[in-house]
Amino acid sequence: MKDEIISIKENAIKEIKNSESLQQLNDLRVMYLGKKGKLTELLRGMGNLSKEERPIMGALVNEAKEELNSEITKREEELKKIELNKKLEEEDIDITLPSKKTRRGSKHPLNRIIEEVEDLFVSMGYDVVSGPELETDEYCFERLNLPKGHPARDMQDSFYITTEYLLRTQTSAVQARTMMANTEKTPIRVIVPGKTFRREDDATHSHQFNQVEGLVVDKNISLADLKGTLEVFMKKMLGQNTELRFRPSYFPFTEPSYEVDVSCFKCGGKGCNLCKQTGWIELLGSGIVHPNVLKMNGYDPDKYSGFAFGVGLDRLAMFKYGITDIRLLYQNDVRFLKQFDRKDEEYEIKY
Amino acid sequence: MKLSINFLRDYLDLDKDLDVKKLAEDMTSAGNEYDDAGKLINATNLVIGEIKECTMHPDSDHLHCCKVDIGDKVLDIVCGAPNARKGLKVIVALPGAILPGGVIKKSVIRGEESNGMLCSIAELGLENKFLTEADKAGIHELPLDAKVGEDPIKYMKLDDEVIDFDLTANRGDLLSILGMAYEVGAIYDKKVKDIDLSHKENKEDLNDSFKLKINTENCSIFLAKKVKNVQIKESPDFIKNRLIASGIRPINNVVDISNYVMLETGQPLHFYDADTLKGVLEVRMAEEGEKLTTLDGIERTLKTEDIVISDGERSIGLAGVMGGLDTEITDKTKNIIIEAAIFDGVKVRRTSNSILRSEASNRFEKGLDSNRTYMAIERSCNLLEKYADAEVVGGMAKYDTTDRSDKVIDITTKNINSILGMNIKEEDILDVFRRLGFKTKVNNDVITVSVPKRRIDISIKEDLIEEVGRIYGVNNIKGKLPDIAPKMGSYDKVSRQIRNKMIDLGLSETLSYILVPENESKMFTKDDYEKVKLLDPLSEDKNTLRHSLSVALYKIYQYNKARDNKDVCIFEMGKAFQKKADEYSETNKLAALMSGDYYLGINKQKVDFYVIKGVAEEILDYLGYNSRYSFVKDKENLPEDMHPGQSALISVNNDIVGLIGKIHPSVESEDVYILEIDLDKLLSKKVSKMKYKEISKYPEVKKDIAIVVDDKVTSKDIEVNIKKAGGSLLSSSEVFDIYTGKGIPEGKKSLAYSLTFASQNRTLTDDEINKAVEKIIERLEKELKAELR
Repeated sequence: MKDEIISIKENAIKEIKNSESLQQLNDLRVMYLGKKGKLTELLRGMGNLSKEERPIMGALVNEAKEELNSEITKREEELKKIELNKKLEEEDIDITLPSKKTRRGSKHPLNRIIEEVEDLFVSMGYDVVSGPELETDEYCFERLNLPKGHPARDMQDSFYITTEYLLRTQTSAVQARTMMANTEKTPIRVIVPGKTFRREDDATHSHQFNQVEGLVVDKNISLADLKGTLEVFMKKMLGQNTELRFRPSYFPFTEPSYEVDVSCFKCGGKGCNLCKQTGWIELLGSGIVHPNVLKMNGYDPDKYSGFAFGVGLDRLAMFKYGITDIRLLYQNDVRFLKQFDRKDEEYEIKY
Repeated sequence: MKLSINFLRDYLDLDKDLDVKKLAEDMTSAGNEYDDAGKLINATNLVIGEIKECTMHPDSDHLHCCKVDIGDKVLDIVCGAPNARKGLKVIVALPGAILPGGVIKKSVIRGEESNGMLCSIAELGLENKFLTEADKAGIHELPLDAKVGEDPIKYMKLDDEVIDFDLTANRGDLLSILGMAYEVGAIYDKKVKDIDLSHKENKEDLNDSFKLKINTENCSIFLAKKVKNVQIKESPDFIKNRLIASGIRPINNVVDISNYVMLETGQPLHFYDADTLKGVLEVRMAEEGEKLTTLDGIERTLKTEDIVISDGERSIGLAGVMGGLDTEITDKTKNIIIEAAIFDGVKVRRTSNSILRSEASNRFEKGLDSNRTYMAIERSCNLLEKYADAEVVGGMAKYDTTDRSDKVIDITTKNINSILGMNIKEEDILDVFRRLGFKTKVNNDVITVSVPKRRIDISIKEDLIEEVGRIYGVNNIKGKLPDIAPKMGSYDKVSRQIRNKMIDLGLSETLSYILVPENESKMFTKDDYEKVKLLDPLSEDKNTLRHSLSVALYKIYQYNKARDNKDVCIFEMGKAFQKKADEYSETNKLAALMSGDYYLGINKQKVDFYVIKGVAEEILDYLGYNSRYSFVKDKENLPEDMHPGQSALISVNNDIVGLIGKIHPSVESEDVYILEIDLDKLLSKKVSKMKYKEISKYPEVKKDIAIVVDDKVTSKDIEVNIKKAGGSLLSSSEVFDIYTGKGIPEGKKSLAYSLTFASQNRTLTDDEINKAVEKIIERLEKELKAELR
């Protein structure tokens, strides 16, 4: 009987080791260790043995059982590993196939610029305000010290609807509205981004374009405040190394008036084709609010002073994104629009 | 304004080797921008030569072979000009010469060597309008006293330099050489020289034989003088060249002098042939419909806004704009009445805008100094005497209502420094005024500045502050931020949130034109507002303001379609415009347009009504209007260019706030869907705050039902009934399948709903739920004749 036990055990071990699936292994477990298994059968047949032999054989069978159990467990783990590897191999995919993703839309480049400008000025305590695009002659011109027949009206060829209504030629129209509305005469700090319209259309002019206007009115506002504010603004938009140059000019609503050039961000001021070899790019109009404008809109020019500036946003957007033709901004070709879906590069401003 | 540097030198001692670019830059820093600065004649390597021999080219019927003496040698040059001949003094461009037309090289022309070019004036770069008839026909013929070997440009006194300024509208004073001299003089601290007004006058008095009648307040000063026995001839070179450098065509000595004096003083003059007048000049407003034939031979019909000069009977000139044909200076003119006057700038501007913008009208528009009116008339007498042999008649006819005294403005150093944000010393300020030619008096802190009338742009303190800034310079101001109490800034956050939400929904933002063609301006709208049209559009396709935002998006769609761009899913926030009973208004709108494929997560979906409805619902839910809106099929009020079966009005709390649906197939052959919401109207409806709602601790139970109903029954009908029957235990119901076809009778459809039941305070029993479902089914059977599938 002892030989029988050993032979069953050795056979079983061999079969376990050769088993190729968990199912097969389980079958072997049943075949050898199950209720009707071969070793179990042997235990049952021990009744025929002598008293002395019984415990010895019993111990041998149990030993064999234990050994088989441990072999099965061992094999089971091996097989599990094999099957897992097989499964993993089957699940291997081509990760270079196209992804499945939601498609986001994109923000128009001009509105990206507007938001950037808004964020900067809001952080400095400015309010972003707006006004009508279909404006009255009174607010667009007369209240800005540009009476009817004034030669400076030629600077801005306008689209009139009637003799009194026109498409605003400048966001400055909102200056008068803001001052008129502020009956408490609290300090004014506003910017006005928005659409403006002039009667011209060519490769460098669009009849519809965008400006942002800035207006600050309080006691003791000076040109130094204007300069400092524009320095922060331009460094934010064009980079920390940007320098400003003030050139006296003429706008009816400011006195003194200045055109502001920025150092060419392409060549750093050395001279290139963008700045026409001058090192400077003309970008803003600005000045100290004309006393007539203050007076006409309810402010005493002896007590208050202010500065105002205006800048073309289309040009800023074109510079920033390297857009060469202003018409691209208004054609809205979806192949153009979809390019503007990245976060912006942020310039650090040190002041 | 083209500034001739030679002309400027008459009134200012400038350095001999002045760099014209530097001057232009210095003027720019003082606020006077320029377009261009450089030599009048941009040609190099020119020399005066003499044609020693001139024979016909053996191989040509028009070319000449010339031997040209240029002093140190004799060159063979082939020349095609018909006037090339022996003995002629000519302008020779040597090999290597750079002319506006290109570089001159040694060459062989039809077998004959040519070592340069004989030049016409046009080849030197002068515009055709400045050329005499002879110069248009061939090479330039220099006078016989021209010295061979010398520089022809110098010889012809064309060695001038010109700066073309782009002046600001307020600096009318710079439209004169004298004004420029004062300006440059202030920058370089140089004194302006006096103008020569001297002339003899005869014993007669003009006032004995000539009268002025000024019958309008639009003429503030009118001066007239008479000269007799003028000799009409060509002007001396210096006058012609200065006119050319200033961009004015020389005509004859008399006409040229009137232009020359205008350039010098800024005061336009008009010369009448005295023998065509009747001893009187009248200034008045034109009568409506009055006729006048101007210098250019065109008969003009005048309006009451036009200022005219009349001879006492009829109008003979448009004041400040153009003279009349009948009284103009001709070759036969002997006696001249000189007019120097100032007319109202606004009136002149209006008239000249409809007739002709001229050098004269430009100066009237910008404003003039009446001191110059006197100066100009005297100066013209001086020049007419010198260069037209004129005899100046004594006396002057005069009408003058102007104040010619200096403007006196008080200012303090503190005024100046507080606006400029600088710390300029009083002595430096006084020095700036001295350089500008303004007299000053100091009394304690107050500086009293006397500003000559020539500076018409200066009238208030702030103007003087600008002058100090201009001449002293402001680029060394140290910038600072305004010293105002800090506060939080604000901006339109809602618009930005809507923009970002729409982008999240997969739509790209556009920026469209507000101007559209008139016949499209009311597309996708149905109301009784009038169109808002431009008075003077640039083009017919942009002549009216859009009344909907969708029309602008539709135009963008068409642009993309023409370029074969598929999947156009775009949106914009912008304004639409309307007019009613002469009242104009504008509305803030949100519009979207979708066509082609739309990407829903990982799935591509052809855009249909339900896709754009989803966008509308997303945005309305996001804005807080969930369960307050509905889509209403209202064919009566739907615009005609919308598909009647696939479009709806958007209603929030029973108020129409927008429109959604498919563009009518007769308008657009592709499937294009639009959405437009009136944001002003929508956002005026208050929404509740976003608040956390308790999540039930008890499990939800889902039950599915499928019913068959008539085709006409809408999903909304079913949902309303489910909700009513479901009561408080039903927390939501959702359609998850729609089916027609096999197994479903014709004219019917099957809809499957997933019903969710839950309670906040207990676990629901099977029994409760089954009863609730039964109740729902019963109601659907009863109300909608639904059958359970």
